[in-house]
Amino acid sequence: MSNVTGKTHPQLAAIFNQDEPRVDWHDETLWWVRQKRDIQAHKLPEWELLRETASQIKNNVLSNLSTYLEQFEANAINNGVIVHWAADAEEHNKIVHQLLQERGINRMVKSKSMLTEECHLNEYLKEQGIDVIDSDLGERIVQLANEPPSHIVLPCIHKKKEEIGDIFHEHLGSAKGESDPKILTETARQHLREVFLTRRAALTGVNFAIAETGEFVICTNEGNADMGAHLAEIHIASMGIEKIIPERKHLGVFLRLLTRSATGQPITTYSSHFKRPQQGTAIHIIIVDNGRSIQLGREDFRNSLKCIRCGACMNTCPVYRKSGGHSYHTAVAGPIGSILAPNLDMKKYADLPFASTLCGSCSNVCPVKIDIHNQLYKWRQVIVKEGYSPTAKTIAMKAMAFTLSSPGLYRSGGKMGRIVFKYAPFAVNNGLNPWYKHREMPKTPEESFGEWYSKRKEAKQ
Amino acid sequence: MSREKILAAVKKNQFTHAPLPDLEILNSLTATGDNLTQQYTSVASAGGSFVYEVKDWKAIKTILHKEFKPGVKIISGIPELDEYTYAGSVLDESSHSFADTELTILQSNLGVAENGALWLTESQMNIRVLPFISQHLAVVISKDALVPTMAQAYAQIGNADYGYGAFISGPSKTADIEQSLVIGAHGPRSLSVFILT
Ligand code: SF4
Repeated sequence: MSNVTGKTHPQLAAIFNQDEPRVDWHDETLWWVRQKRDIQAHKLPEWELLRETASQIKNNVLSNLSTYLEQFEANAINNGVIVHWAADAEEHNKIVHQLLQERGINRMVKSKSMLTEECHLNEYLKEQGIDVIDSDLGERIVQLANEPPSHIVLPCIHKKKEEIGDIFHEHLGSAKGESDPKILTETARQHLREVFLTRRAALTGVNFAIAETGEFVICTNEGNADMGAHLAEIHIASMGIEKIIPERKHLGVFLRLLTRSATGQPITTYSSHFKRPQQGTAIHIIIVDNGRSIQLGREDFRNSLKCIRCGACMNTCPVYRKSGGHSYHTAVAGPIGSILAPNLDMKKYADLPFASTLCGSCSNVCPVKIDIHNQLYKWRQVIVKEGYSPTAKTIAMKAMAFTLSSPGLYRSGGKMGRIVFKYAPFAVNNGLNPWYKHREMPKTPEESFGEWYSKRKEAKQ
Repeated sequence: MSREKILAAVKKNQFTHAPLPDLEILNSLTATGDNLTQQYTSVASAGGSFVYEVKDWKAIKTILHKEFKPGVKIISGIPELDEYTYAGSVLDESSHSFADTELTILQSNLGVAENGALWLTESQMNIRVLPFISQHLAVVISKDALVPTMAQAYAQIGNADYGYGAFISGPSKTADIEQSLVIGAHGPRSLSVFILT
């Protein structure tokens, strides 16, 4: 479902921007979530210590990942869990399909998992004739709307309650015109309860997998992962190789950071630790690479594998808030998604590292201290060098590089710029200037720093 | 084999060894202050739970009688609350048969003041689906079982063995529709916490 149109971030953002009041509403809602995060973060005097500790734990994980993966696997097997490995999305999807086929199951209930979005599991299973129902309310809504999630934590943050009311009226039989979140949630509850009670297979994601014990943890507010997993005869858990943490006690660090960063809650309603299958049922874990080991080898970008998918970088990003998650045409949108996606396909996602102001707000809120904006900046250079740069950006960046490398031109350019702004603003503010198109141009200073400085020097003499 | 391929690629690309940080400072901080019951109550209430400080089992029974009419299906995992169906006696029933449970009452031995979470393992739940499938959930915890933060909670859990365990911090909820908080998504519509003093 991602970017079937082949459009780039600026083009997709332009579509989102046509509805200005909606952009403002989207912007304000996410900023409100960001503020809730701040309130929670400020309540803990040890917040920065927690972030630093989390980041160091993840450093250790990335430096020992192969050992931890083997340790996790051995312990999980010991616990009676069946472990599978998938090199890429296709292999992951095939394993899921085969597990269902073996048991003659053609209907599955699924809890939130961005990894399965990344693998396009739902579409794949649909083609194989398997009915998949997403059970997280936000995911169910976008699934009924036939759209991908637009945010990793808040999948339908782009939708108005009236639109959701229409979708529920059409698919779940709620009253026409009903848009009360309470009533709509109750409608979904009734519908999904029936699903939980009739599905023999449940698939969930994995928030944390513990090498030391072979258990894995899933965090939800709705309890949908547990309802699915505990009522099904087979529980399939899909995890990326980077989800490993060394020991159980490290959960104490990550669970304190995750939801405070994500939604401003002190913890999710449910943090469920799965170690052994319930009597008479089976747990299968699929450990997925899908480009992660390559990213591990890219020194400048390996830190992106520390991500715990809290979404804080999206909520704070001025570009994300004003362009909407779908404009990133990849499963994980926003700042972190723009680092992860070019690793998978540099050409297809060459536009994403440019979808940032590099203001650094993302790096400031990241609970595991990923230097997000630096990595975006570094991707731009790699992409330009490799020749994948979006054309408009290449021309503009070349012009910039040329101007910056020539002090004479830079100085006169500044002077010229100010004159042009003053007397011919239309020359700058037109569709032909690619820089203007993506930026609010600054107000021109009366005199340049260079001019001011030389005057000052003259005055002193 | 993908397993070998993945592990080889990871081994090749992982960088020089970085040591694990010390957790001791975090473990020794008690950021939530001394009055854990008060802290617990205020955080859990903000998360939508009903918290009662009670002196004894009789007080719990009185509240339950007031809140739940006779005739509804109530399951208790606590021997002291013996007027209800004891969870230990229905272990053989299929998880699906609990779909009509109105209330489940369980005991927790570990609660966290900083976030209102209650730690329950499979042996306290009896049946894993019980605290999720019931329309309402009640948990009894002793005042002494509260710790300040998750750091102390995991220190206490240590390397305990369980098949399944969960921190539960409130009623099931969602805010997926325009960020309006709605209590009662798929799991219990309410969580009552009885703190035994
Ligand atoms: S990069 Fe950091 S802030 Fe963004 S989702 Fe991941 S952990 Fe959260």
